[in-house]
Amino acid sequence: MAADGTTLKSSLNRALRRQKLRALALIAPLLIFVLVTFIAPIADMLFRSVENQIVSETLPRTTAMLKDWDGDSGEIPSPETFEALYKDMFVAKERKLHTRLGSRLNYELTGVSSLFRKSGRKIEDMGEVYQDQFEDLDKFWKDSENWNALMGSADWLAAQNAWDPRSEAIQPAFEPNEQIAGILPETSATFQTFADFVQNEDEKNLAKQDPWALVYSALYNDLSAGADVSGYNGPGSAALKAAMAAVGDFETVDYPASFQEIDKDWHDIDVWQTIQTYSPDFTSGYFLNAVDMKKSPDGAEMRPENEQLYIKLFIRTLFMSLVITGSCILLGYPVGWILANLPARTANLLMILVLLPFWTSLLVRTSAWKVMLQQQGVINDTLVWLGVVADDSRLALINNQTGTIIAMTHILLPFMILPLYSVMKTIPPSYLRAAKSLGATNWTAFWRVYFPQSVPGIGAGSILVFILSIGYYITPELVGGTTGTFISNRIAYHISSSLNWGLAAALGAILLAVVLGLYWAYDRIVGIDNVKLGG
Amino acid sequence: MANTTNVDAFVEFERVQKSYDGENLVVKDLNLSMPKGEFLTMLGPSGSGKTTCLMMLAGFETATHGDIRLDGVSINNIPPHKRGIGMVFQNYALFPHMTVAENLSFPLEVRKMSRSDREAKIKRALDMVQMGDFAGRRPTQLSGGQQQRIALSRALVFEPELVLMDEPLGALDKQLRETLQFEITKLAHDLGITVVYVTHDQTEALTMSDRVAVFDDGRIQQLAPPDKLYEEPENSFVAQFIGENNTLEGIVKEIKNGVALVELDGGEIIDAKPVNVSSAGERTRVSIRPERVEYNKDRLSDDAHTLNAEVLEFVYMGDIFRTRLRVAGTDDFIIKTRNAPDVERLTPGQHIEIGWLPQDCRALDA
Ligand SMILES: Nc1ncnc2c1ncn2[C@@H]1O[C@H](COP(=O)(O)OP(=O)(O)O)[C@@H](O)[C@H]1O
Ligand SMILES: [Mg+2]
Repeated sequence: MAADGTTLKSSLNRALRRQKLRALALIAPLLIFVLVTFIAPIADMLFRSVENQIVSETLPRTTAMLKDWDGDSGEIPSPETFEALYKDMFVAKERKLHTRLGSRLNYELTGVSSLFRKSGRKIEDMGEVYQDQFEDLDKFWKDSENWNALMGSADWLAAQNAWDPRSEAIQPAFEPNEQIAGILPETSATFQTFADFVQNEDEKNLAKQDPWALVYSALYNDLSAGADVSGYNGPGSAALKAAMAAVGDFETVDYPASFQEIDKDWHDIDVWQTIQTYSPDFTSGYFLNAVDMKKSPDGAEMRPENEQLYIKLFIRTLFMSLVITGSCILLGYPVGWILANLPARTANLLMILVLLPFWTSLLVRTSAWKVMLQQQGVINDTLVWLGVVADDSRLALINNQTGTIIAMTHILLPFMILPLYSVMKTIPPSYLRAAKSLGATNWTAFWRVYFPQSVPGIGAGSILVFILSIGYYITPELVGGTTGTFISNRIAYHISSSLNWGLAAALGAILLAVVLGLYWAYDRIVGIDNVKLGG
Repeated sequence: MANTTNVDAFVEFERVQKSYDGENLVVKDLNLSMPKGEFLTMLGPSGSGKTTCLMMLAGFETATHGDIRLDGVSINNIPPHKRGIGMVFQNYALFPHMTVAENLSFPLEVRKMSRSDREAKIKRALDMVQMGDFAGRRPTQLSGGQQQRIALSRALVFEPELVLMDEPLGALDKQLRETLQFEITKLAHDLGITVVYVTHDQTEALTMSDRVAVFDDGRIQQLAPPDKLYEEPENSFVAQFIGENNTLEGIVKEIKNGVALVELDGGEIIDAKPVNVSSAGERTRVSIRPERVEYNKDRLSDDAHTLNAEVLEFVYMGDIFRTRLRVAGTDDFIIKTRNAPDVERLTPGQHIEIGWLPQDCRALDA
């Protein structure tokens, strides 16, 4: 018990809490910075590797219909599904989202992208069948003002009419007429979508915009389904009642046939299966893709041999990183040893030489290697001049694995030398002397006494070099050609060229998992306590 | 002092010189000869070249000039691992990645000894330093004293005839140091090994050694058994360095019957034993041990020269009294008196007369 009766532990905790809070306050700026600029984007990126809302968001009605469709039956989906696709596609086309979805689904099935683009161009014509018939029936249906009067509530209509489009004021948001919404539910809902789009996304005056063809289709659907228009006496009631009487004779649209007319692929089961497979909000598709597999109706399966790419690339990345790490150990160990055993003045001077590369841009160093390693480059010229290789069989040192390994070993070497040096510096020379005085030869003394104590430096250097090289991008990109590139180059390609961010995220996540796994294995085998960056 | 080849000598340095930079000699003309079984200590201030000598003997440094012989054979060209010399380092130099038993096993393994032999020898070597229970520990799990014991037993486990120790107890506290000093001496005598021991602690040197070599400025200033070193320093460096010492400076007036008459710089005359002076007129430093100074007139001979002194400080230290005096112009003349019933306790400000037997006061080099 402390003097004031509280337990010693709690008063100690109180004393420590202030210290902890102060420490937290000191690191808070960095913590926030890292969270906002580093952790959050990474989390977002990782989320993208499983996120797949684009299908269900762009084609909500179609994906809902497809839930009950059995692709194995060999039958194309029902006409209602095609109608749902028409509606989804129409809205998507207006909002210019259909090409994005096309690109997304094209990752899974080639050809979908062009199918969607083509369908988007022609979808308008499909709805105009009803629009034309309504407009032929009555001029009333041609005028957007009439539509607004019919579909909108009285309050909104008054506000909209009072609104001056040239003023700064915001356009009054459309409100549906409750009675019409009851009578013509689909038309009202579709018009609402249209109005929202015009007012919010297009930012045009709703009074001046003719409704989408889709709205006419919806009106036809409502009326032909037997809407009870008799009780309605508001604006346009006469035209509505006339239309009600006429729709029975209207020419109808055969959606499956119309889609087939646009592109016969719409009657291809594979297209529909792909849409169905990717309807859920989350997908393992990107990850499967990243390990050369794909989703099929019977679960995951390997892609055909000629489409396999990523596993090979992962293995190549790991293998080359290991080779680079090994070369760095071989080249760096003797240098570290020399540095650690020289008098401080000389060692500092040489240390500057080791650090010199850090003062030169990475790009410059890599480009220099391009000059060095070319077929007509410095190294080949020298070898030819020395007569080591014949002029007509110059070595291919660049745009292949050799080029990447040479250039990256050079670039990452300081990361090996520095930890080796600082660990070796802490090994007193008296250990070697003791070993020799005990009868060990130079080699035994080194191998049994010095080397084991330098292992933490090798460990630290290897982890640094390996992890840096496994994610390296610039150097393999510049000197790796096609056979010497890493997985990161592929990730970069999907980020910036193919725009398949989901796949890039999945590849990145796998890379992260591999690194963490190796780190864990390293900890189990060598022990992370055995890693020292110095003292 | 130059030694010609000595048939009994086990370790010999002959005219050995060493320079690291090619300009300054760190070791200048070292001559030393040790018989088998001797415990010899190199004592000297830091930087006087002791470690360098030891390293040359172990083979980690090469002499720039001269010859080092072991058992009559010149070892200048024999690499360290073939010399068979055991070594104990100040920082212990126990291999941190090996257990105690593995550390001890190392010299036996490199000698390709069989497993059973190794185990027997390791056990014996550990028991020798009372560390039998610690075979499985890592060096970092041991205290400093325990580590030093292991280092010692590792240096002994392969039964070398010569063991070198470079300030092995320097990092330990006083009490542990004293225990280990005793243990090391006992072990060395029991095993009959020859030991070259380096220290800068004079008590350690005096209590442990058969002979002590006092180093300064790359030379052996005096090589003698401890008692001789203390009582009969051959020059003023040794007198100053070993034990507490009072120094007075002056000029030799005459030397007669083995007694030198020295006129101090203040004009006072004293008696001294001529050691490093041979003729009248030479400058000299006389050295008197504090416990040999007498102020009780009854104990001095009638014709002894005395000096007037003023008591400046009196310290009661239990077994002895330590008094600081002003004598012949110096303020730090110390005398030590045994605490006995008949001894007068001085008080500061008191004026007394001091004197000594001529043979206790040594006239050395200036
Ligand atoms: N490896 C070395 N290189 C250069 N000078 C050294 C080296 N080792 C010791 N010296 C110098 O030699 C002198 C004697 O050193 P040392 O033998 O270690 O003395 P001690 O052990 O008596 O303290 C010192 O002046 C020291 O600076
Ligand atoms: Mg030393």
